[in-house]
Amino acid sequence: MQIYLPIAEMPVSVLLILGMGAAVGFISGLFGIGGGFLMTPLLIFLGIPPAVAVATQSAQIVASSTTSVLGALRRNALDHKLGAILVAGGFVGSALGVWFFAAARRAGQLDLVIVVSYVTLFTVVGSLMLKESIREFWHRRKGGAVRPRRKAGEHAPYLGWPLRMRFYRSKLYASVIPIVALSLFIGFAGALLGIGGGFIVVPALLYIFRVPTNVVVGTSQLQIVCTTLVALILHAVTNQAVDMVLAILLIVGGVFGAQFGARMGRHLRAELFRFLLAILLLAVGLRFGLELVLKPEEPFSISVQEVRT
Amino acid sequence: MRAFGFLLILLGSLTSTMVEAETLITSLSNHRVLINSNYTGTQIAVFGAIERDAQTIARATGYDVVVTVRGPRQFLTVREKQRLGLVWINQDQQKFPSVPAYLSVMTSRPIAEITSDQLRSRQKIGLDAIVNAPDATLVRGGTDKPFREALLRLKAQEGLYLEDERGVTFLTPDIFRAGVPLPAIAPPGNYEVDVTLFADTVILARTHTDFELVKTGFEERVGVIAHDWSLTYGLATAAIALFFGWLANAIFRRD
Repeated sequence: MQIYLPIAEMPVSVLLILGMGAAVGFISGLFGIGGGFLMTPLLIFLGIPPAVAVATQSAQIVASSTTSVLGALRRNALDHKLGAILVAGGFVGSALGVWFFAAARRAGQLDLVIVVSYVTLFTVVGSLMLKESIREFWHRRKGGAVRPRRKAGEHAPYLGWPLRMRFYRSKLYASVIPIVALSLFIGFAGALLGIGGGFIVVPALLYIFRVPTNVVVGTSQLQIVCTTLVALILHAVTNQAVDMVLAILLIVGGVFGAQFGARMGRHLRAELFRFLLAILLLAVGLRFGLELVLKPEEPFSISVQEVRT
Repeated sequence: MRAFGFLLILLGSLTSTMVEAETLITSLSNHRVLINSNYTGTQIAVFGAIERDAQTIARATGYDVVVTVRGPRQFLTVREKQRLGLVWINQDQQKFPSVPAYLSVMTSRPIAEITSDQLRSRQKIGLDAIVNAPDATLVRGGTDKPFREALLRLKAQEGLYLEDERGVTFLTPDIFRAGVPLPAIAPPGNYEVDVTLFADTVILARTHTDFELVKTGFEERVGVIAHDWSLTYGLATAAIALFFGWLANAIFRRD
Protein backbone atom coordinates (compact mmCIF):
# COMPACT_ATOMS: atom_id res chain seq x y z
CA MET A 1 0.00 0.00 0.00
CA GLN A 2 1.44 3.29 -1.12
CA ILE A 3 0.72 6.75 0.23
CA TYR A 4 1.79 10.10 -1.24
CA LEU A 5 3.84 12.33 1.08
CA PRO A 6 2.76 15.95 0.58
CA ILE A 7 6.04 17.64 1.60
CA ALA A 8 8.57 15.04 0.44
CA GLU A 9 6.49 14.95 -2.79
CA MET A 10 6.82 11.23 -3.41
CA PRO A 11 4.91 8.04 -2.54
CA VAL A 12 6.17 5.53 0.03
CA SER A 13 5.03 2.11 1.21
CA VAL A 14 2.97 2.49 4.40
CA LEU A 15 4.01 -0.88 5.85
CA LEU A 16 7.70 -0.24 5.23
CA ILE A 17 7.60 3.12 7.05
CA LEU A 18 5.60 1.65 9.96
CA GLY A 19 8.12 -1.17 10.24
CA MET A 20 11.09 1.19 10.16
CA GLY A 21 9.44 3.34 12.83
CA ALA A 22 8.87 0.30 15.02
CA ALA A 23 12.43 -1.02 14.62
CA VAL A 24 14.10 2.31 15.39
CA GLY A 25 11.58 2.98 18.19
CA PHE A 26 12.49 -0.36 19.76
CA ILE A 27 16.20 0.50 19.81
CA SER A 28 15.39 3.97 21.06
CA GLY A 29 13.30 2.67 23.97
CA LEU A 30 15.83 -0.03 24.80
CA PHE A 31 18.87 2.24 25.09
CA GLY A 32 17.35 5.60 25.95
CA ILE A 33 18.67 7.20 22.80
CA GLY A 34 16.69 9.10 20.18
CA GLY A 35 17.59 6.92 17.23
CA GLY A 36 17.88 9.80 14.78
CA PHE A 37 21.30 8.60 13.65
CA LEU A 38 19.63 5.36 12.51
CA MET A 39 16.42 6.81 11.05
CA THR A 40 17.89 9.64 8.99
CA PRO A 41 20.14 7.44 6.79
CA LEU A 42 17.27 4.94 6.33
CA LEU A 43 14.89 7.66 5.11
CA ILE A 44 17.51 9.14 2.78
CA PHE A 45 18.13 5.64 1.42
CA LEU A 46 14.42 5.44 0.51
CA GLY A 47 14.87 8.56 -1.61
CA ILE A 48 13.35 11.10 0.76
CA PRO A 49 15.11 14.47 0.42
CA PRO A 50 17.73 14.84 3.22
CA ALA A 51 16.21 18.06 4.61
CA VAL A 52 12.78 16.39 4.92
CA ALA A 53 14.32 13.25 6.44
CA VAL A 54 16.24 15.14 9.14
CA ALA A 55 13.31 17.44 9.99
CA THR A 56 10.59 14.77 10.01
CA GLN A 57 12.34 12.11 12.04
CA SER A 58 12.61 14.63 14.89
CA ALA A 59 8.80 14.33 15.27
CA GLN A 60 9.18 10.59 15.73
CA ILE A 61 11.92 11.10 18.31
CA VAL A 62 9.64 13.47 20.26
CA ALA A 63 6.88 10.86 20.29
CA SER A 64 8.93 7.81 21.24
CA SER A 65 10.91 9.74 23.85
CA THR A 66 7.68 11.12 25.38
CA THR A 67 6.50 7.55 25.88
CA SER A 68 9.76 6.64 27.56
CA VAL A 69 9.76 9.75 29.78
CA LEU A 70 6.19 9.10 30.94
CA GLY A 71 7.08 5.49 31.67
CA ALA A 72 10.19 6.55 33.59
CA LEU A 73 8.17 9.14 35.55
CA ARG A 74 5.75 6.47 36.66
CA ARG A 75 8.55 4.21 37.83
CA ASN A 76 10.32 7.18 39.43
CA ALA A 77 13.32 6.43 37.21
CA LEU A 78 14.01 10.04 36.28
CA ASP A 79 16.20 12.66 37.89
CA HIS A 80 14.39 16.00 37.41
CA LYS A 81 17.21 18.14 38.72
CA LEU A 82 19.88 16.50 36.57
CA GLY A 83 17.50 16.57 33.59
CA ALA A 84 16.80 20.28 34.02
CA ILE A 85 20.51 21.14 34.04
CA LEU A 86 21.10 19.02 30.93
CA VAL A 87 18.20 20.71 29.12
CA ALA A 88 19.22 24.26 30.03
CA GLY A 89 22.86 23.71 29.07
CA GLY A 90 21.72 21.90 25.95
CA PHE A 91 19.88 24.96 24.65
CA VAL A 92 22.95 27.18 25.04
CA GLY A 93 25.09 24.51 23.35
CA SER A 94 22.60 24.25 20.47
CA ALA A 95 22.85 27.97 19.79
CA LEU A 96 26.66 27.66 19.59
CA GLY A 97 26.28 24.59 17.34
CA VAL A 98 23.96 26.41 14.91
CA TRP A 99 26.49 29.23 14.67
CA PHE A 100 29.35 26.79 13.99
CA PHE A 101 27.17 24.97 11.42
CA ALA A 102 26.76 28.18 9.43
CA ALA A 103 30.50 28.93 9.69
CA ALA A 104 31.47 25.45 8.41
CA ARG A 105 28.99 25.78 5.55
CA ARG A 106 30.50 29.11 4.55
CA ALA A 107 33.91 27.43 4.52
CA GLY A 108 32.44 24.74 2.18
CA GLN A 109 33.50 21.83 4.37
CA LEU A 110 30.25 21.02 6.15
CA ASP A 111 29.94 17.47 4.73
CA LEU A 112 33.44 16.59 5.84
CA VAL A 113 32.97 18.09 9.32
CA ILE A 114 29.78 16.07 9.78
CA VAL A 115 31.12 12.71 8.60
CA VAL A 116 34.39 13.03 10.50
CA SER A 117 32.54 14.04 13.70
CA TYR A 118 30.18 11.09 13.31
CA VAL A 119 33.02 8.62 12.83
CA THR A 120 35.09 10.02 15.68
CA LEU A 121 32.23 10.29 18.18
CA PHE A 122 30.77 6.86 17.47
CA THR A 123 34.00 4.93 17.29
CA VAL A 124 35.53 6.63 20.34
CA VAL A 125 32.44 6.34 22.53
CA GLY A 126 31.70 2.83 21.20
CA SER A 127 35.19 1.44 21.74
CA LEU A 128 35.52 2.95 25.23
CA MET A 129 32.26 1.29 26.20
CA LEU A 130 33.22 -1.99 24.59
CA LYS A 131 36.56 -2.04 26.40
CA GLU A 132 34.79 -1.42 29.70
CA SER A 133 32.23 -4.18 29.02
CA ILE A 134 34.85 -6.72 28.06
CA ARG A 135 36.80 -5.97 31.20
CA GLU A 136 33.65 -6.49 33.26
CA PHE A 137 32.89 -9.80 31.55
CA TRP A 138 36.47 -10.86 32.15
CA HIS A 139 36.28 -10.08 35.86
CA ARG A 140 33.10 -12.05 36.17
CA ARG A 141 34.52 -15.05 34.33
CA LYS A 142 37.63 -15.16 36.47
CA GLY A 143 35.30 -15.65 39.35
CA GLY A 144 36.52 -12.57 41.14
CA ALA A 145 33.92 -10.41 42.72
CA VAL A 146 32.68 -7.80 40.33
CA ARG A 147 33.89 -4.41 41.38
CA PRO A 148 31.17 -2.61 43.20
CA ARG A 149 29.82 0.21 41.03
CA ARG A 150 30.96 2.76 43.55
CA LYS A 151 32.56 2.53 46.92
CA ALA A 152 31.61 5.00 49.60
CA GLY A 153 33.88 8.02 49.48
CA GLU A 154 35.45 6.97 46.18
CA HIS A 155 34.93 9.31 43.27
CA ALA A 156 36.72 10.91 40.39
CA PRO A 157 38.43 14.24 41.20
CA TYR A 158 36.31 16.31 38.78
CA LEU A 159 33.21 15.45 40.76
CA GLY A 160 34.74 17.23 43.72
CA TRP A 161 35.09 20.58 42.02
CA PRO A 162 33.30 23.57 43.55
CA LEU A 163 29.53 24.21 43.26
CA ARG A 164 28.62 20.73 44.38
CA MET A 165 25.01 19.70 44.20
CA ARG A 166 23.19 16.68 45.47
CA PHE A 167 21.18 14.59 42.94
CA TYR A 168 19.26 12.17 45.15
CA ARG A 169 17.69 10.09 42.43
CA SER A 170 21.01 9.58 40.65
CA LYS A 171 22.85 8.84 43.90
CA LEU A 172 25.21 11.62 42.88
CA TYR A 173 26.82 14.40 44.88
CA ALA A 174 28.98 16.26 42.40
CA SER A 175 30.11 19.60 41.09
CA VAL A 176 27.74 21.04 38.45
CA ILE A 177 30.69 22.26 36.33
CA PRO A 178 31.36 18.93 34.50
CA ILE A 179 27.58 18.40 34.15
CA VAL A 180 27.05 21.80 32.55
CA ALA A 181 30.07 21.18 30.30
CA LEU A 182 28.54 17.88 29.19
CA SER A 183 25.18 19.51 28.46
CA LEU A 184 26.85 22.29 26.43
CA PHE A 185 28.76 19.72 24.40
CA ILE A 186 25.62 17.66 23.73
CA GLY A 187 23.67 20.69 22.56
CA PHE A 188 26.58 21.73 20.36
CA ALA A 189 27.06 18.30 18.76
CA GLY A 190 23.31 17.85 18.41
CA ALA A 191 22.80 21.06 16.46
CA LEU A 192 25.87 20.41 14.33
CA LEU A 193 25.09 16.79 13.48
CA GLY A 194 21.28 16.95 13.58
CA ILE A 195 21.05 14.41 16.39
CA GLY A 196 19.48 14.47 19.84
CA GLY A 197 22.73 13.48 21.50
CA GLY A 198 21.29 10.59 23.52
CA PHE A 199 24.18 8.35 22.58
CA ILE A 200 26.55 10.84 24.24
CA VAL A 201 24.37 11.48 27.30
CA VAL A 202 23.86 7.80 28.10
CA PRO A 203 27.52 6.70 28.20
CA ALA A 204 28.57 9.99 29.87
CA LEU A 205 26.08 9.59 32.70
CA LEU A 206 26.96 5.90 33.04
CA TYR A 207 30.72 6.18 33.06
CA ILE A 208 31.65 9.71 34.04
CA PHE A 209 28.96 10.30 36.65
CA ARG A 210 28.22 6.67 37.60
CA VAL A 211 24.46 7.22 37.52
CA PRO A 212 22.38 3.99 37.85
CA THR A 213 21.36 2.56 34.45
CA ASN A 214 17.60 2.84 34.88
CA VAL A 215 17.81 6.52 35.88
CA VAL A 216 20.15 7.23 32.96
CA VAL A 217 17.59 6.13 30.37
CA GLY A 218 14.73 8.23 31.77
CA THR A 219 16.85 11.34 32.29
CA SER A 220 18.45 11.13 28.88
CA GLN A 221 15.00 10.78 27.28
CA LEU A 222 13.80 13.91 29.11
CA GLN A 223 16.71 15.86 27.67
CA ILE A 224 16.00 14.42 24.19
CA VAL A 225 12.28 15.36 24.27
CA CYS A 226 13.07 18.99 25.12
CA THR A 227 15.88 19.52 22.58
CA THR A 228 14.07 17.68 19.78
CA LEU A 229 10.80 19.60 20.35
CA VAL A 230 12.70 22.85 19.78
CA ALA A 231 14.49 21.35 16.76
CA LEU A 232 11.20 20.15 15.26
CA ILE A 233 9.58 23.59 15.49
CA LEU A 234 12.72 25.32 14.17
CA HIS A 235 12.82 22.90 11.20
CA ALA A 236 9.13 23.57 10.47
CA VAL A 237 9.58 27.35 10.60
CA THR A 238 12.94 27.77 8.83
CA ASN A 239 12.94 24.97 6.24
CA GLN A 240 9.25 24.00 5.96
CA ALA A 241 10.62 20.49 5.63
CA VAL A 242 8.46 18.60 8.16
CA ASP A 243 6.22 16.08 6.40
CA MET A 244 3.22 15.49 8.62
CA VAL A 245 2.06 12.31 6.87
CA LEU A 246 5.50 10.73 7.10
CA ALA A 247 5.80 11.93 10.70
CA ILE A 248 2.52 10.28 11.73
CA LEU A 249 3.50 6.96 10.10
CA LEU A 250 6.90 6.98 11.81
CA ILE A 251 5.32 7.99 15.13
CA VAL A 252 2.72 5.22 15.10
CA GLY A 253 5.41 2.63 14.41
CA GLY A 254 7.87 4.29 16.76
CA VAL A 255 5.81 4.66 19.93
CA PHE A 256 4.85 0.99 19.96
CA GLY A 257 8.40 -0.09 19.19
CA ALA A 258 9.66 2.16 21.98
CA GLN A 259 7.24 0.56 24.47
CA PHE A 260 8.52 -2.92 23.72
CA GLY A 261 12.11 -1.68 23.73
CA ALA A 262 11.71 -0.02 27.13
CA ARG A 263 10.08 -3.15 28.53
CA MET A 264 12.91 -5.35 27.31
CA GLY A 265 15.48 -2.84 28.54
CA ARG A 266 14.19 -3.24 32.11
CA HIS A 267 14.88 -6.98 32.01
CA LEU A 268 18.34 -6.58 30.55
CA ARG A 269 21.38 -6.94 32.81
CA ALA A 270 23.30 -3.67 33.12
CA GLU A 271 26.54 -5.16 31.70
CA LEU A 272 24.74 -6.65 28.73
CA PHE A 273 22.97 -3.32 28.18
CA ARG A 274 26.26 -1.46 27.99
CA PHE A 275 27.82 -4.15 25.80
CA LEU A 276 24.97 -4.02 23.27
CA LEU A 277 24.97 -0.21 23.16
CA ALA A 278 28.73 -0.27 22.59
CA ILE A 279 28.32 -2.70 19.68
CA LEU A 280 25.55 -0.56 18.16
CA LEU A 281 27.62 2.63 18.34
CA LEU A 282 30.72 0.93 16.97
CA ALA A 283 28.76 -0.58 14.09
CA VAL A 284 27.31 2.80 13.09
CA GLY A 285 30.72 4.46 13.46
CA LEU A 286 32.38 1.79 11.31
CA ARG A 287 29.68 2.11 8.68
CA PHE A 288 30.31 5.85 8.34
CA GLY A 289 34.04 5.23 8.48
CA LEU A 290 33.93 2.68 5.65
CA GLU A 291 31.87 5.09 3.56
CA LEU A 292 34.67 7.61 4.00
CA VAL A 293 37.54 5.21 3.24
CA LEU A 294 36.21 2.84 0.55
CA LYS A 295 36.17 3.83 -3.09
CA PRO A 296 32.58 4.83 -3.82
CA GLU A 297 30.72 2.90 -6.52
CA GLU A 298 29.24 6.12 -7.85
CA PRO A 299 31.60 9.02 -7.14
CA PHE A 300 29.09 11.58 -8.40
CA SER A 301 26.11 12.92 -6.52
CA ILE A 302 23.41 15.48 -7.28
CA SER A 303 22.10 17.97 -4.77
CA VAL A 304 19.20 20.29 -5.41
CA GLN A 305 20.13 23.86 -4.48
CA GLU A 306 16.80 25.40 -5.27
CA VAL A 307 13.63 24.72 -7.24
CA ARG A 308 12.64 27.34 -9.76
CA THR A 309 8.96 27.63 -10.38
CA MET B 1 31.60 34.56 -52.87
CA ARG B 2 29.31 36.87 -50.91
CA ALA B 3 26.77 36.80 -53.69
CA PHE B 4 26.84 33.05 -53.65
CA GLY B 5 26.20 33.02 -49.89
CA PHE B 6 23.32 35.42 -50.32
CA LEU B 7 21.87 33.15 -52.96
CA LEU B 8 22.10 30.22 -50.57
CA ILE B 9 20.24 32.15 -47.86
CA LEU B 10 17.57 33.14 -50.38
CA LEU B 11 17.23 29.54 -51.46
CA GLY B 12 17.03 28.47 -47.82
CA SER B 13 14.25 30.93 -47.00
CA LEU B 14 12.41 29.86 -50.11
CA THR B 15 12.42 26.23 -49.09
CA SER B 16 11.43 27.15 -45.54
CA THR B 17 8.34 29.02 -46.73
CA MET B 18 7.56 25.98 -48.80
CA VAL B 19 7.85 23.54 -45.91
CA GLU B 20 5.63 25.72 -43.73
CA ALA B 21 2.81 24.34 -45.82
CA GLU B 22 2.51 21.62 -43.17
CA THR B 23 0.70 22.58 -39.99
CA LEU B 24 1.00 20.61 -36.79
CA ILE B 25 -1.91 20.31 -34.40
CA THR B 26 -1.28 18.73 -31.02
CA SER B 27 -3.33 18.04 -27.94
CA LEU B 28 -2.69 16.57 -24.50
CA SER B 29 -4.85 14.01 -22.75
CA ASN B 30 -4.74 16.16 -19.65
CA HIS B 31 -3.66 19.74 -18.89
CA ARG B 32 -3.98 19.42 -15.13
CA VAL B 33 -2.76 16.23 -13.49
CA LEU B 34 -3.95 15.90 -9.91
CA ILE B 35 -1.94 14.31 -7.11
CA ASN B 36 -3.97 12.70 -4.36
CA SER B 37 -2.93 10.41 -1.52
CA ASN B 38 -2.68 7.29 -3.67
CA TYR B 39 -0.80 8.91 -6.58
CA THR B 40 1.96 6.63 -7.87
CA GLY B 41 2.84 8.32 -11.12
CA THR B 42 0.85 8.64 -14.31
CA GLN B 43 1.04 8.77 -18.07
CA ILE B 44 0.22 11.73 -20.31
CA ALA B 45 -0.84 11.07 -23.88
CA VAL B 46 0.15 13.54 -26.59
CA PHE B 47 -1.93 13.40 -29.77
CA GLY B 48 -0.98 15.13 -32.99
CA ALA B 49 -2.21 15.56 -36.53
CA ILE B 50 -0.29 16.83 -39.55
CA GLU B 51 -2.34 18.97 -41.91
CA ARG B 52 -1.20 19.66 -45.44
CA ASP B 53 -2.68 22.12 -47.91
CA ALA B 54 -3.18 21.34 -51.55
CA GLN B 55 0.15 22.75 -52.75
CA THR B 56 2.31 20.73 -50.38
CA ILE B 57 4.62 18.38 -52.16
CA ALA B 58 4.42 14.75 -51.19
CA ARG B 59 7.27 13.67 -48.89
CA ALA B 60 9.20 10.68 -50.07
CA THR B 61 10.56 9.80 -46.64
CA GLY B 62 7.51 10.24 -44.44
CA TYR B 63 7.31 12.24 -41.23
CA ASP B 64 9.23 11.99 -37.99
CA VAL B 65 8.08 13.40 -34.67
CA VAL B 66 10.03 14.30 -31.52
CA VAL B 67 8.09 15.04 -28.32
CA THR B 68 10.13 16.74 -25.57
CA VAL B 69 8.68 17.17 -22.08
CA ARG B 70 10.51 19.40 -19.58
CA GLY B 71 9.56 19.49 -15.91
CA PRO B 72 10.03 22.36 -13.43
CA ARG B 73 13.50 23.91 -13.46
CA GLN B 74 16.00 23.15 -10.68
CA PHE B 75 19.36 24.58 -9.67
CA LEU B 76 21.51 21.49 -9.26
CA THR B 77 25.05 20.89 -8.08
CA VAL B 78 26.81 17.71 -9.19
CA ARG B 79 29.76 16.80 -7.00
CA GLU B 80 32.52 14.27 -7.49
CA LYS B 81 34.13 12.36 -4.65
CA GLN B 82 37.87 12.13 -4.96
CA ARG B 83 40.55 10.52 -2.87
CA LEU B 84 42.34 12.82 -0.44
CA GLY B 85 44.89 10.90 1.56
CA LEU B 86 42.93 8.09 3.21
CA VAL B 87 39.41 9.35 2.65
CA TRP B 88 37.03 10.00 -0.22
CA ILE B 89 35.48 13.43 -0.07
CA ASN B 90 33.55 15.72 -2.39
CA GLN B 91 35.99 17.89 -4.26
CA ASP B 92 35.20 18.97 -7.82
CA GLN B 93 31.75 20.20 -8.62
CA GLN B 94 29.76 21.67 -11.45
CA LYS B 95 26.62 23.76 -11.10
CA PHE B 96 23.64 23.44 -13.43
CA PRO B 97 21.69 26.66 -12.85
CA SER B 98 18.48 25.75 -14.68
CA VAL B 99 17.93 22.16 -15.70
CA PRO B 100 14.56 20.40 -15.79
CA ALA B 101 13.74 18.13 -12.85
CA TYR B 102 12.10 15.83 -15.37
CA LEU B 103 13.03 15.43 -19.03
CA SER B 104 11.74 12.94 -21.54
CA VAL B 105 12.23 12.71 -25.26
CA MET B 106 9.85 10.51 -27.23
CA THR B 107 10.67 9.90 -30.89
CA SER B 108 9.24 7.93 -33.78
CA ARG B 109 12.67 6.58 -34.83
CA PRO B 110 16.18 6.52 -33.32
CA ILE B 111 16.98 10.19 -32.97
CA ALA B 112 20.28 9.91 -34.85
CA GLU B 113 18.33 8.81 -37.95
CA ILE B 114 15.86 11.70 -37.74
CA THR B 115 18.24 14.60 -38.12
CA SER B 116 21.88 15.65 -38.06
CA ASP B 117 24.05 16.15 -34.99
CA GLN B 118 24.45 19.86 -35.74
CA LEU B 119 20.74 20.53 -35.97
CA ARG B 120 20.09 18.51 -32.84
CA SER B 121 22.59 20.43 -30.75
CA ARG B 122 21.50 23.80 -32.21
CA GLN B 123 17.81 23.15 -31.66
CA LYS B 124 18.29 21.14 -28.42
CA ILE B 125 16.57 18.05 -29.78
CA GLY B 126 17.24 14.86 -27.81
CA LEU B 127 18.49 14.09 -24.32
CA ASP B 128 22.20 14.36 -25.19
CA ALA B 129 21.77 17.69 -26.96
CA ILE B 130 19.87 19.21 -24.00
CA VAL B 131 22.25 17.95 -21.31
CA ASN B 132 25.33 18.87 -23.35
CA ALA B 133 24.08 22.34 -24.27
CA PRO B 134 26.89 24.86 -23.62
CA ASP B 135 24.66 27.06 -21.43
CA ALA B 136 23.60 24.18 -19.13
CA THR B 137 26.56 24.56 -16.78
CA LEU B 138 27.55 27.59 -14.75
CA VAL B 139 31.33 27.32 -14.65
CA ARG B 140 32.83 27.30 -18.14
CA GLY B 141 36.11 25.68 -18.94
CA GLY B 142 37.70 22.83 -17.05
CA THR B 143 36.35 19.32 -17.18
CA ASP B 144 32.60 19.46 -17.26
CA LYS B 145 31.84 16.50 -19.51
CA PRO B 146 31.98 13.92 -16.67
CA PHE B 147 29.54 16.07 -14.69
CA ARG B 148 27.05 16.22 -17.57
CA GLU B 149 27.36 12.46 -18.01
CA ALA B 150 26.83 11.94 -14.28
CA LEU B 151 23.75 14.18 -14.32
CA LEU B 152 22.27 12.17 -17.17
CA ARG B 153 23.17 8.83 -15.59
CA LEU B 154 21.87 9.63 -12.10
CA LYS B 155 18.65 11.20 -13.39
CA ALA B 156 18.09 8.24 -15.75
CA GLN B 157 18.52 5.81 -12.83
CA GLU B 158 15.63 7.53 -11.07
CA GLY B 159 13.51 7.40 -14.22
CA LEU B 160 13.47 11.19 -14.42
CA TYR B 161 15.44 11.52 -17.66
CA LEU B 162 14.51 9.20 -20.47
CA GLU B 163 14.61 8.87 -24.23
CA ASP B 164 12.38 6.39 -26.05
CA GLU B 165 12.91 5.83 -29.76
CA ARG B 166 9.57 4.07 -29.99
CA GLY B 167 7.74 6.62 -27.86
CA VAL B 168 5.83 8.12 -30.78
CA THR B 169 3.60 5.88 -32.87
CA PHE B 170 1.87 6.87 -36.09
CA LEU B 171 -1.75 5.75 -36.10
CA THR B 172 -2.16 6.85 -39.71
CA PRO B 173 0.53 8.53 -41.86
CA ASP B 174 -0.75 11.91 -40.57
CA ILE B 175 -1.87 11.18 -37.04
CA PHE B 176 0.42 10.19 -34.19
CA ARG B 177 0.34 9.51 -30.49
CA ALA B 178 2.99 9.55 -27.74
CA GLY B 179 2.76 8.23 -24.19
CA VAL B 180 4.83 10.23 -21.70
CA PRO B 181 5.43 8.31 -18.45
CA LEU B 182 5.60 10.49 -15.32
CA PRO B 183 7.23 8.64 -12.40
CA ALA B 184 5.85 9.28 -8.91
CA ILE B 185 8.94 11.23 -7.86
CA ALA B 186 8.57 13.75 -10.69
CA PRO B 187 7.92 16.95 -8.70
CA PRO B 188 4.73 19.03 -8.92
CA GLY B 189 4.93 22.08 -11.15
CA ASN B 190 4.64 23.16 -14.75
CA TYR B 191 5.62 20.73 -17.52
CA GLU B 192 6.36 22.06 -21.01
CA VAL B 193 5.59 19.88 -24.02
CA ASP B 194 7.35 20.64 -27.31
CA VAL B 195 6.41 18.68 -30.40
CA THR B 196 8.70 18.96 -33.44
CA LEU B 197 7.80 17.63 -36.86
CA PHE B 198 10.61 16.52 -39.18
CA ALA B 199 10.78 15.25 -42.70
CA ASP B 200 14.03 14.34 -44.39
CA THR B 201 16.15 15.76 -41.48
CA VAL B 202 14.49 19.20 -41.71
CA ILE B 203 12.21 20.81 -39.13
CA LEU B 204 8.79 21.43 -40.68
CA ALA B 205 6.74 22.66 -37.76
CA ARG B 206 6.74 22.95 -33.96
CA THR B 207 4.12 23.31 -31.30
CA HIS B 208 4.46 24.27 -27.68
CA THR B 209 1.98 23.47 -24.93
CA ASP B 210 2.11 22.61 -21.27
CA PHE B 211 0.42 20.80 -18.44
CA GLU B 212 0.47 21.22 -14.70
CA LEU B 213 1.12 18.59 -12.04
CA VAL B 214 -0.61 19.76 -8.86
CA LYS B 215 -1.35 18.45 -5.40
CA THR B 216 -5.04 18.46 -4.52
CA GLY B 217 -7.27 18.11 -1.49
CA PHE B 218 -5.48 17.08 1.68
CA GLU B 219 -2.03 17.00 0.04
CA GLU B 220 -2.43 20.55 -1.24
CA ARG B 221 -3.74 21.89 2.08
CA VAL B 222 -0.85 20.33 4.00
CA GLY B 223 1.62 21.91 1.59
CA VAL B 224 -0.01 25.35 1.86
CA ILE B 225 -0.25 25.23 5.66
CA ALA B 226 3.36 24.03 6.02
CA HIS B 227 4.46 26.95 3.90
CA ASP B 228 2.18 29.81 4.98
CA TRP B 229 1.54 28.97 8.64
CA SER B 230 4.82 27.25 9.38
CA LEU B 231 4.84 27.98 13.13
CA THR B 232 1.29 26.65 13.58
CA TYR B 233 2.20 23.64 11.46
CA GLY B 234 5.31 22.95 13.53
CA LEU B 235 3.39 23.30 16.80
CA ALA B 236 0.64 21.03 15.47
CA THR B 237 3.16 18.35 14.47
CA ALA B 238 4.79 18.63 17.90
CA ALA B 239 1.36 18.30 19.56
CA ILE B 240 0.59 15.20 17.48
CA ALA B 241 3.94 13.68 18.45
CA LEU B 242 3.37 14.39 22.16
CA PHE B 243 -0.19 13.05 21.97
CA PHE B 244 0.88 9.77 20.37
CA GLY B 245 3.67 9.41 22.90
CA TRP B 246 1.16 9.87 25.72
CA LEU B 247 -1.37 7.56 24.03
CA ALA B 248 1.09 4.69 23.66
CA ASN B 249 2.06 5.12 27.28
CA ALA B 250 -1.60 5.08 28.37
CA ILE B 251 -2.32 1.95 26.33
CA PHE B 252 0.65 0.08 27.79
CA ARG B 253 0.04 1.28 31.35
CA ARG B 254 -1.25 -2.06 32.66
CA ASP B 255 2.05 -3.45 33.81
